[in-house]
Amino acid sequence: MSVEAREKRQPWILLSPALTAITLLLFIPLLFIFVYSFWLRTATGADEIGFYLDNWREALTDAFYRDILLHTFKVAAITTVVCAMMGYPAAYFIARSKGNKPLLLLMLMLPFWISYIIRTMSWINILGVSGALNTFLLWIGVINEPIQMLYNEATVILGLVHFLLPFMVLNVFVSVDGIDETLEDAANSLGATRWQAFVQVTLPLSLPGLAAGGLLCFVLGAGTYITPLVLGGTSDAMFANLVFEAIITQLNWPLGSALSLMLLVVLGALVMIYNRYLGMAQLMKGLG
Amino acid sequence: MSSVTLKNIVKRFGSFTAVHQTDLEIPEGAFVTLLGPSGCGKTTNLRMIAGLLDPTEGEILIGGRRVNDVPIHKRNLGIVFQNYALFPHKTVAENIVFGLKYRDIPSSDIPGKMQAALDLVQLPDVGARYPKELSGGQQQRIALARAIVIEPDVLLLDEPLSALDANLREDMRVELKRIQDQIGVTTVFVTHDQSEALAMSDHIVVMSAGRIEQVGAPQEVYNNPSSEFVANFLGASNVLEAECLEAGPKGAVLLTTLFGKVHLPVEKSLRVAGAGPAKLVLRAEKLQVMKEGSAPEGMITAPATVETVDYQGQTVRYFVRVGDTQLQALNMIDDHPFAKGSAAMVAFRPRDGSALAGR
Ligand SMILES: Nc1ncnc2c1ncn2[C@@H]1O[C@H](COP(=O)(O)OP(=O)(O)O)[C@@H](O)[C@H]1O
Ligand SMILES: [Mg+2]
Repeated sequence: MSVEAREKRQPWILLSPALTAITLLLFIPLLFIFVYSFWLRTATGADEIGFYLDNWREALTDAFYRDILLHTFKVAAITTVVCAMMGYPAAYFIARSKGNKPLLLLMLMLPFWISYIIRTMSWINILGVSGALNTFLLWIGVINEPIQMLYNEATVILGLVHFLLPFMVLNVFVSVDGIDETLEDAANSLGATRWQAFVQVTLPLSLPGLAAGGLLCFVLGAGTYITPLVLGGTSDAMFANLVFEAIITQLNWPLGSALSLMLLVVLGALVMIYNRYLGMAQLMKGLG
Repeated sequence: MSSVTLKNIVKRFGSFTAVHQTDLEIPEGAFVTLLGPSGCGKTTNLRMIAGLLDPTEGEILIGGRRVNDVPIHKRNLGIVFQNYALFPHKTVAENIVFGLKYRDIPSSDIPGKMQAALDLVQLPDVGARYPKELSGGQQQRIALARAIVIEPDVLLLDEPLSALDANLREDMRVELKRIQDQIGVTTVFVTHDQSEALAMSDHIVVMSAGRIEQVGAPQEVYNNPSSEFVANFLGASNVLEAECLEAGPKGAVLLTTLFGKVHLPVEKSLRVAGAGPAKLVLRAEKLQVMKEGSAPEGMITAPATVETVDYQGQTVRYFVRVGDTQLQALNMIDDHPFAKGSAAMVAFRPRDGSALAGR
């Protein structure tokens, strides 16, 4: 075999385990879901195999689904903005700190060692009626009886921020860490204050990282069902909860399939737009 | 344009002292080079002048004004960083006008100043490009243009040529000196390259381990080093143990084991005060390897054996043995060099030696 032929084959050989896994665990199940979405669930509870557009019609025309989709995007967008505002300064601090960067990064990764569900549930112990905060407020006498702080949109966003903040920090960190510090020195020497130097130089150069972190937070936030399930009230359902409801509670796989594909397409489109306008090349530049 | 003064400057990082008690006067309009090996504190000094580091002790004056508490963005300095530090997301033109935006300059004057700066560095047409579309040498010039367009009081350059390859480095050396002459700005240049320092400077500040070893004009530092360190850092030197027999207005007489009595002129013996232990410094370029019996009148000679021949085309570096001492000689080649192992003679003129005090 010639060197060229070997070099051409090598990436495929290296990629094959990952490609096999993705094919078996992602594309084939997705195909199943796609096929399911055209079946029909009958009143008897059995699935009618065939090519019916009823699920799609319902998913695309019912205002109920549209409203929840918009609500989902609103929650994901607020979460993303909060993550960006909280995460950027932290990431900047870690990237520019001298010395113990590895320790700071380790502390950032620490929450990942605890299950996301447990982390979400922990808020019940903090904010619940008999949780830490209520107990404390009762004890110092600010309130006479416990207040219900849980099960609203704010706690859903709180839970999502808690879940997604590290993703934002990591992305921005990688981006800021790759920006030469002497660029800020140069800007200062030319007459810019530290803030002006940040706005003129570091911020624009770190935008790819901010965009990548934002995309990740938005997509993960918009696709979650655990946080609204655990920390949200009845009116705080997000789109993935509808899928959960259809498939697990009502056992209506065809409708659930159509709904989940709908969410997938919308979020996929978002990733495509990101790719088109900021691009992976831009992302790489931000990383290096 | 301003003078720069360091008064009793000390810089410590934790318990490590990077700059010991330093006093330095950089005259207005001068080109002063901080020269020394890596880690000797050159950058630290430069960053303190720039305001990127605070001195632990002492005062920094720019144009006679104490600037210790003046932040960097108010010091009006032009800095060229070793890696150029051009803003990668801005075009060359945007890079150059960056500093002008923070000054009270009518916006109608800005394009003219920008173009003048590009013309000065002889890259008039690259304004619309991004830094990564330029070669290393061109980026270097743009970094310089960006630093001087703001008409700084002092220009600070930290090893600006070290990232360039050898040929380009020599071109830029000439270019940089031309620009500095043209605008006449006080310039502090940092390098570990002795030939850069000798070629460009009005004054050289030789540093070692956080201390200033010698300050002087290039010829003075080269011909009359104040210490063994300086003698060896600016090219190679032979430093021989000697005994000073007498020193005074008529020069000094040094007694060496290899060469006997050497009579140095007064300007070469300023560093010995009187009789006592001393050292004789012989630059490798001044020590001639010759055929036996061919030394002209007045040269001091000793028989030698050629041990190593390092042929460099126009020049040759010999390591020769004289008695039990190895000496280094860097000679122009006339004809062909001496062969390894051949018997020869080393010779030098007394006025090419210089004296150091002490052991
Ligand atoms: N921020 C710092 N913290 C600790 N030590 C430093 C720092 N900056 C420089 N040093 C030390 O100070 C000494 C002088 O450094 P520097 O001025 O950069 O040397 P040069 O520019 O002459 O190569 C070196 O030993 C270096 O390790
Ligand atoms: Mg340095």
